[in-house]
Amino acid sequence: MKSFIAFWNILVKDMKNYYLKPPNISWGIIFPFAWMLMMFIKSGTVFDIASVFPGIVAMSILFGTTSMLSVTITFERKARSFERLLLAPISLEMLVLSKIIGAILFGIFNSIVPIFISIFFFGAGVMNWPVLAAGIILLSVVSTLSGLFIAVTAKEVFEAQTYSNFYRFPMIFLCGLFVPVSQLPVFVQPLSYMVPVTYGVDVLRYSISESNTLSILLSLPVLLGFCVLLFYTSIFNIKRKWIV
Amino acid sequence: MNKIIEAVNLSKNYGSFSAVNDISFYVKQGEIFGLLGPNGAGKTTTINMLIGMAKTSDGKIIYKGGDVTGNIKKAQRLIGVVADESNLYDEMTGYDNLCFCGSLYGLPAKVRAKRATELLDIFQLSEAAQKKFKAYSRGMKRKLTIAAALIHQPEILFMDEPTTGIDVASVRQIRNLIKKLNADGTTIFLTTHYIEEAERLCDRVAFISKGGIINIDTVAGLVEAARDANVVEVLFEAERVNKKNLEERLKNKFPHVECLLKDGNTVKILSQEQIDIAPIVGSLADEGMTILEARLIKPSLEDAFVKMTGIEIDMMKKEKEKR
Ligand SMILES: Nc1ncnc2c1ncn2[C@@H]1O[C@H](COP(=O)(O)OP(=O)(O)OP(=O)(O)O)[C@@H](O)[C@H]1O
Ligand SMILES: [Mg+2]
Repeated sequence: MKSFIAFWNILVKDMKNYYLKPPNISWGIIFPFAWMLMMFIKSGTVFDIASVFPGIVAMSILFGTTSMLSVTITFERKARSFERLLLAPISLEMLVLSKIIGAILFGIFNSIVPIFISIFFFGAGVMNWPVLAAGIILLSVVSTLSGLFIAVTAKEVFEAQTYSNFYRFPMIFLCGLFVPVSQLPVFVQPLSYMVPVTYGVDVLRYSISESNTLSILLSLPVLLGFCVLLFYTSIFNIKRKWIV
Repeated sequence: MNKIIEAVNLSKNYGSFSAVNDISFYVKQGEIFGLLGPNGAGKTTTINMLIGMAKTSDGKIIYKGGDVTGNIKKAQRLIGVVADESNLYDEMTGYDNLCFCGSLYGLPAKVRAKRATELLDIFQLSEAAQKKFKAYSRGMKRKLTIAAALIHQPEILFMDEPTTGIDVASVRQIRNLIKKLNADGTTIFLTTHYIEEAERLCDRVAFISKGGIINIDTVAGLVEAARDANVVEVLFEAERVNKKNLEERLKNKFPHVECLLKDGNTVKILSQEQIDIAPIVGSLADEGMTILEARLIKPSLEDAFVKMTGIEIDMMKKEKEKR
C-alpha cells in the first residue's frame, strides 16, 4: 500500500508537470496532423489511407514517447530531484514503472488523434480492434522503454534529445514504413528485424488491413520480449550507472 | 550505548583515486554527529555511501545492528536526507513539494497534508506555501529542503553542509531547528566545513581530510587532546607598574609555572598542571598592580583542528561560499 501511494503520486506528478502541459498536448495533436499532411502530399492524388495509417500511428507513438521520457528523466537527474526518488523506500522496479506509465499513456493518447482522423475523415476501416489496441499499447511501451534506455545513457538534456533522434530517424526507414522491409537492401534487412518498431508497424498493418508480412503470433510475443528485455536492461543500467 | 549507525573500514575509490580510505566510526542514537573537513575531504562521498547513493568499494555499513551494505533500501524508511544542494521541484509550490515527498514514503493524503502544514509553520514558510520553489530565496530553499527530509519523521537525519552559502538569519534559524530536532530525539549526522558550526552543534565530531578520519571525539575531548598547557592571562592597568624583572620575580615565587609578560599589560601564565591563580593574582596586587581581569584561556576546536589536521584555517573557507 505504501509503495502504491508512492507509485501513484509519482505518476500523477509527472502527468501534471509534463504530459498534461498545453505544449505537450498540442504536440500530440499537431504532430500526427503534420505526418498525415506529409503522406497526403507524397501520395499525390490517390491517397490510400489504409497503407499510411499504420505508419502515422507508429510514428506518432514513437515521437511522442521516446524523447519525452528521456528528456524529463535527464532533466530531473540534472536538477538532482531524481535522487529523492532513488532514496524513497520503494523498489527500483516500482519506481521505473511509475516513471514510464505516464509516457506510455502519452503515447497512447498520441495514437488516438490519427486513428480518429483516419476513420472519420478518410473513412478508413479497422479490421481487428483488439489487435490494434494491443499493437498500440505494446508500441507505446517499447518506445517508452527505449526512451528510458536513452535516459540512462545521456548525461545532459541535449544529449537525451540527440540520442532520441539518432534512435528514431533510422527507425523510420528500417521499420518498413516507407519501403517494405523486403524491398530494403539485403544487408539492411537484418537490422530491420532488430528494431522493435518493425514488429509494431506490422501488427498495426494486420489490425487495419491484414497487409502484414509477419504473423502477429510472432510479432506480438517479440514486442513483448523487447519490452521485458529493455525494462530489465534499464534497471540493471540504473543500478550500475546512477548509483556509482 | 546504542549505536544507530556503524561504518566499518569504509572505502570508496573512483578508478584509481581513493576518495574515502578505510574509515570507521559509529553514530550514537540521539546524538548530533559531525563530519568536519575541507573541500574534497570525502564528506559527501561518505554520506552518499551511508544513504545508498554511492556504492562502497570496501567495508561495511550497519544500521541498528543490521548489516545493510549494498542494500540500503532496507534502512531507507529510517533516514531523511538533505543533500548538499537544494533539490526540490522548481515548478511545484512549497506545499506541493512537501506533500509529494511525503507520498514517496507512503504517507496517506491527510497525514502528509497535515505534516506539510506543520513543517511550513515550523520553518516559517507558511506565507510562501503556495509559491513555486523556484521563486524561493536561497535560505528558503534550504529550509524547505530540510522540511522535505523530515516529512516522514525519520529517526536519522543526514545533512550535507546544511548552512553553506545562505544568509545569516537562515543559518541561525536552521541551527536552532537542528538543536530542537535533536532534543526531540532525532539522531543527526551532518557534514560541515564551518568549525564553529561543529563546535556549537555537535556532540561528537570527526575530523576528515583527504579521505581519512584523523580524530573522532566529543568537542571537549578533541580540545582537551589538543591542549598542551593550561593558560591563564591576567590583564592589568599598565601605568605605575614596575615591569622590570617582573617575569623573574614571579618565577622565583612560583617556580612550578611559567610567567610571560605580554603586550606590556598582560601576564600570561602557563603550566602543565592546574593553575591556582589566587596566590599569583594576590602577589601581583601586592606589587601595586591594578588587576583588570584574569581569565582561563581555553583552546578552541579550531586550535584542535589546526593542530591535528595541519590544515590552515583559510583552507576551510574558500570555494564553498560562492554557491
Ligand atoms: N563521481 C566522482 N568521480 C570521481 N571523483 C569523485 C567523484 N565524486 C567525488 N570525487 C572526488 O572525491 C573527493 C571527495 O569528494 P567529496 O565530494 O566527498 O568531498 P567533500 O568533502 O564533500 O567536499 P566539499 O566540501 O567540496 O563538498 C574529491 O576529490 C572529489 O573530486
Ligand atoms: Mg560535499
